[in-house]
Amino acid sequence: MKNRSGTFYLLMVPVLLWLVMLIVIPHLDMFFRSFQFENDDGSMVFSLNNYLSFFEDSIYWVTFVKTALYSIGVTFLAFVVTFPVAFYLTKVVAKKYSSFMVLLLLIPIWIGELVTIYGWMILLSDNGVINNFLIQIGLIDTPIVMLYTNFSMTIGLLYMSMLFMIIPMMSALESLDDSLIEAASDLGATKWTIFRQIIIPYTTPGIASGGIIVFMLVIGDYIAPNILGGKSSLWFTEQIYNKFLATFNWNEGAAFGFLLLLLSSAIIWLALRLTGQKLEKVGS
Amino acid sequence: MIECTSMALILEGLVGNVYPIFNTRIINQNQRGQIMKKLVLAASVIALTFTSSVVMAEGTLRLLTWKDYAPTKLVKDFEAKYDIDVKITYSSNEEMIAKLRATRGGGYDLAQPSQDRISFVQKKFPIYQPIDFSRVNTDQLTKSMVDAVKKNTEVDGKAYGVPHCYGTTGMIVNKKLAPDANDWSDLWNPKYAGKISYRLKRPLLIATAFGMGEDPFALYDDKAAYRELMKRVEKKLIDGKKLVKNYWTSADTQVAIIKSGDANVISGWDGKGWGLHKINPDIDFIAPKSGALGWIDTFAIPAKSKNLDAAYKWINFMLEPENAGYWTNQASYGTASKDAIKYLNDEIKGNFSRSFPQADLDNIKWHPPVPDGFETIEAKVLDRIKAAK
Repeated sequence: MKNRSGTFYLLMVPVLLWLVMLIVIPHLDMFFRSFQFENDDGSMVFSLNNYLSFFEDSIYWVTFVKTALYSIGVTFLAFVVTFPVAFYLTKVVAKKYSSFMVLLLLIPIWIGELVTIYGWMILLSDNGVINNFLIQIGLIDTPIVMLYTNFSMTIGLLYMSMLFMIIPMMSALESLDDSLIEAASDLGATKWTIFRQIIIPYTTPGIASGGIIVFMLVIGDYIAPNILGGKSSLWFTEQIYNKFLATFNWNEGAAFGFLLLLLSSAIIWLALRLTGQKLEKVGS
Repeated sequence: MIECTSMALILEGLVGNVYPIFNTRIINQNQRGQIMKKLVLAASVIALTFTSSVVMAEGTLRLLTWKDYAPTKLVKDFEAKYDIDVKITYSSNEEMIAKLRATRGGGYDLAQPSQDRISFVQKKFPIYQPIDFSRVNTDQLTKSMVDAVKKNTEVDGKAYGVPHCYGTTGMIVNKKLAPDANDWSDLWNPKYAGKISYRLKRPLLIATAFGMGEDPFALYDDKAAYRELMKRVEKKLIDGKKLVKNYWTSADTQVAIIKSGDANVISGWDGKGWGLHKINPDIDFIAPKSGALGWIDTFAIPAKSKNLDAAYKWINFMLEPENAGYWTNQASYGTASKDAIKYLNDEIKGNFSRSFPQADLDNIKWHPPVPDGFETIEAKVLDRIKAAK
């Protein structure tokens, strides 16, 4: 693409417009807002107070830490749950079936997060499908409380983010040459050794990029914690929402938004450092 | 001004049509032609949405309102009668304020905030314009309500709201499973442990204060005392948290949690409670002994309304006795229209006499305007309750 034609630049225009008008400008506006603070006589002054209030009031950073830990947990769970699926779809099942199965995985995404969450409510409720079934077959007498707990929230978050873990892992696994596994097996490696020494190192970039997507989706989610989460499931995004909509303090809300962006990016950076991955490699 | 929907269309056009170019590095002439065609299509979609929104603004009423507030039949009648297109956006008090604040009062021709949420917002961000009462047919309205709303929405001597409807926040109870629940204090009564639910928002803090035997509205002019009261309320609700099944968050989750049997004693809106009563006679709305909380929703006109004429026509149309009666029959909320009672069906009349004996009716606590800064106090309290163990 050395000789970029006029058409190329023409084609760039809509994308640039989109980026600048809908992403760059609103972010700049929020960025400036986040440094404005209403002082006692009602006028706006430049100040770091919006950011400081995050650290001063323990409720905010405690909520953030909780949100972050849960997001890391859900990301890990997503890996554990989906790795066998990804492996099965790429290495075990016949090609002609695997594309159909991937389609099945896609369907929940078409329905939309809100509807799938209402579906989970029907399943998990005290008088819901699962409890009714367990009572019918005589396994339990009183319903197990599943809905409105951290358990139901985790399920909801996991369900909506699973696919984003599977796809990158599948593309990493697809390029893994089967003969490597066969060779290791011939040389006497156990299944666990093959898994640990060949499959995992080879798919790490896929796992890492899936992990980043899932982590970001989960930490920025609002609906699942809000509807499926219990009475104590205060998510950090909910606090940002409240800043904008309940107290009309857009400045503090903007500051919290940027803190979420910065802190979650820092967590990802740290995770990449600890696992020895490079962002460029993961991103490709 | 580009509408949200056209914006989405444009985005769809851009992403759907242009994005593939950057994935495929090698594009042959044929494909290039195809892409150009698509691009021209996208551009014309953009141009079309721009122009169409300009043309349509002539005879369009952009209404920002609550769900249930604009039934299809009345919208169709209105469109036929005046040849005006009605575009409806469903919202809530908080969202209405946020939306209008973001556009500085533009984007909509008519909004329907609650009367207690107008004056403090208007003082801070001028997002509404004063009501021209000469264009409102006040003869068909209940005079006491008009006067009350005028007084409560007044800023610098001008009124910003016309009453549309009213209702109360009280309790919805499954009478078979919790026959004795009849007061706000039952929301922290250990008898109903695990079967209690409420919406953790400001009305609940007010309700809790009444349930504790206090009068929060009397403290509206004493911020320090109100702050102290909120501390006591916070403690009460944190202590009672272990009894709560969940906090409901929307009209839908409110209905779902009691209908499914996950909770038996919840805070709720009269219209929703009566709607549930129709489906399951065991469930009904109850006015709490320490006072149901009364709200009045209004018509208010955004500062940059582009079709004032249509806005006033809609206000007068919706409050015509026959239309207002039809609306109340549908939504179960009371109307500000004076003679609508003639058109109410017996079931709706029955709801009122069943849930509101005279003593409870007299005991309704009507929300006075919220003083500036109080929502900040309350938001912290709500956050702390939600985060508490």
